[in-house]
Amino acid sequence: MSAPSQASPSNAVAMGEACQSCAVFRAARLRKLGVRMGQADFVVALAGNPNTGKSTVFNALTGLRQHTGNWPGKTVTRAEGAFEYNGRRYKLVDLPGTYSLLSTSPDEQVARDFLLFAQPDVTVIVTDATRLERNLNLVLQVLEVTDRAVVCVNLMDEAERHGLQVDTRQLARDLGVPVVGTAARRGRGLPELLQAIEDVATGRVRCLPHRLPEPPPPLREAVRVLVDKLERIYPGLPNARWVAMRLLAGDESILNAIRTGTIAELAAARFSGQASPQTATS
Amino acid sequence: MNESVATPSSPEVNDLLQTAQQYRQRLQGDLHEQMVEAIYSEAERIVARAVSTPATPARPTFDRTLDRIVTSRVWGFPIMFGLFAVMFWITISGANVPSGLLAEWLVERGHPWLRELALAWGWPEWFRGLTIDGMYLATAWVVSVMLPPMAIFFPMFTLLEDFGYLPRVAFNLDALFRKAGAHGKQAMSLMMGFGCNAAGVVSTRIIDSPRERLIAILTNNFSLCNGRWPTQFLMAALFIGALVPAPWSSLIAAGAVIGVAVLGVLLTFAVSWALSRTVLKGQPSAFSLELPPYRPPRLWQTLYTSLLDRTLFVLWRAVVFALPAGALIWLSANVHVAGDSVAAHLVRGLDPVAFWLGLNGVILLAYVLAIPANEIVIPTVLMLTVLVTGTPEAGAGAGVMFEVEDSNLLKQLLLQGGWTTLTAINLMLFSLLHNPCSTTLYTIYKETGSLRWTAWAALLPLALGFTVCFLVARLWHWLT
Repeated sequence: MSAPSQASPSNAVAMGEACQSCAVFRAARLRKLGVRMGQADFVVALAGNPNTGKSTVFNALTGLRQHTGNWPGKTVTRAEGAFEYNGRRYKLVDLPGTYSLLSTSPDEQVARDFLLFAQPDVTVIVTDATRLERNLNLVLQVLEVTDRAVVCVNLMDEAERHGLQVDTRQLARDLGVPVVGTAARRGRGLPELLQAIEDVATGRVRCLPHRLPEPPPPLREAVRVLVDKLERIYPGLPNARWVAMRLLAGDESILNAIRTGTIAELAAARFSGQASPQTATS
Repeated sequence: MNESVATPSSPEVNDLLQTAQQYRQRLQGDLHEQMVEAIYSEAERIVARAVSTPATPARPTFDRTLDRIVTSRVWGFPIMFGLFAVMFWITISGANVPSGLLAEWLVERGHPWLRELALAWGWPEWFRGLTIDGMYLATAWVVSVMLPPMAIFFPMFTLLEDFGYLPRVAFNLDALFRKAGAHGKQAMSLMMGFGCNAAGVVSTRIIDSPRERLIAILTNNFSLCNGRWPTQFLMAALFIGALVPAPWSSLIAAGAVIGVAVLGVLLTFAVSWALSRTVLKGQPSAFSLELPPYRPPRLWQTLYTSLLDRTLFVLWRAVVFALPAGALIWLSANVHVAGDSVAAHLVRGLDPVAFWLGLNGVILLAYVLAIPANEIVIPTVLMLTVLVTGTPEAGAGAGVMFEVEDSNLLKQLLLQGGWTTLTAINLMLFSLLHNPCSTTLYTIYKETGSLRWTAWAALLPLALGFTVCFLVARLWHWLT
């Protein structure tokens, strides 16, 4: 695994005076732009289970004051904001919370379609430190479809309150992507998160994301055949392998997308701010 | 991009789908299940290596104990009831002083001052009346009556939500809502509706199923919103409290208002049940609720965001509707046709229908004119009563809404207008059951995108209101 462990922001441990003099911490570097976007250098998607503090992270980075309630499933519209860090502009898209990319509720389809077809430069997956096992479900699925991701283990203060200890370095080693521990409500861990986003976006850190073990031979064959066909019919379709697996699983929404031709549109529409990530394949 | 290849009915696409189906049938076992299983076992493995848990159970005792009390079969409902009663009491008593202050500045001082100004500028009489007596006054009333209670209720509600208590309420009420064919999350919009129905309608966004969302929207009006409380309290205090000897009167009056509010909640369930059997048939959708851990609410952030998101947003819409309404009210009282003002004509025309319902023409006209905001119903009623009975000492002129400090004087005025206890009771009921205010109707239209359902939202409560008032009037006349 290259770079992540050396440059891993999760190396930085306690906050303190040292931080004030550290370049990473200086607030001047982070300019919260709210919704003033203009041309962004990078597009960052914010994904994660509901009620993990995604919107708090979003607000902290963009300076927007989207109301965040203690109620699962609160983000019912997709929010976009922007921030500038180290002279580069980032567009941040807060996707609705989703438990899995494999299910079919409209919220989850919005998130899924964006991640799969809009191909953001960095995907930040926000997880709840107190519910890591369940949250990793989504993390692992996202790592199947992108290789530029950062895992944000949020609510570390809650974990401490419950007596849990999360070893973010070990997680980073196992997952193959930068893992940053944060307590967004208190502003902890955000400089490291920003640094990790920058590292992945600029390619300074190259992730080797954990991928699920290879499927058994008959399945591999089926996937290969379908991927061939898909790439011929829809050249440039991102994540063709994932689409093939879903076809084999009989995923209704993907089948529909192919039957109605929506998938062709999604394949062609790169997210440049014009294509609306709200198109759900249904 | 090769368009012809990508069209849905092209042979390549059919071939793709067929191949997929063939493979699917050939492969043994459910691929989906296999993938999910693989993901879960990987997740377990990774977490086991990175997370260490203490020997004691994951959730601290505080959360568990509180949940056991708050969702218990015995204590759950009383706690909910008590908590909301406290919230309402704080809102009412807390809003009194700011409302009075705002009324003093905007209405008692602001209004005459603006009149002077308009005189000084030489504005023609009718223009002065239209803009200052009509538009400004209506808006001033709405702001002074609407703003303080909302500024108190919404932050409290949001703090409770932040704390994590509200999902527990949804949990408690879910069983009832399911029996009514609706969704447990309707409990949220029901509670919000007690602050403002427009905000309640917006909060139905958390309900995924369109059918259940519609039910929640259509029945939200039965939550007695802040704007209607003054009407309720006034009627209860003047007429119902007056039925019993002094020491008991305020208790009975409060009881009457609580009774009306509870009736509203019962009707929410009943109408939801009826809707889900008739016009909005369907199965209740699954509701899996994750009870979030209790978190200390963040006071200042909550106050700030709830102010922007809820209070100011609703207030803005209300003002936008109050301006034209004020104009109409003034016009109706000052435009004279065939020897009398339009308002007087309408009152006389509506009287027969109204008596049949146990109300009177003044009330019906006031409700028509006050569609923008429930807050201006009483001032409009008083203005019209004065107009119709020709009581010159009260009020500040034709078409000028007002309120009366002295409750005795107020009662005298109403009695002169022909009001009885029946009128008061039916006004309380009609206030609960009439169509939503225009702000809410506009919000409903924006949320549903359908004129048809907005019409339903307006006519269903209205029809219910007419029916109930009629029945009560019959009952009353039969008993007395």
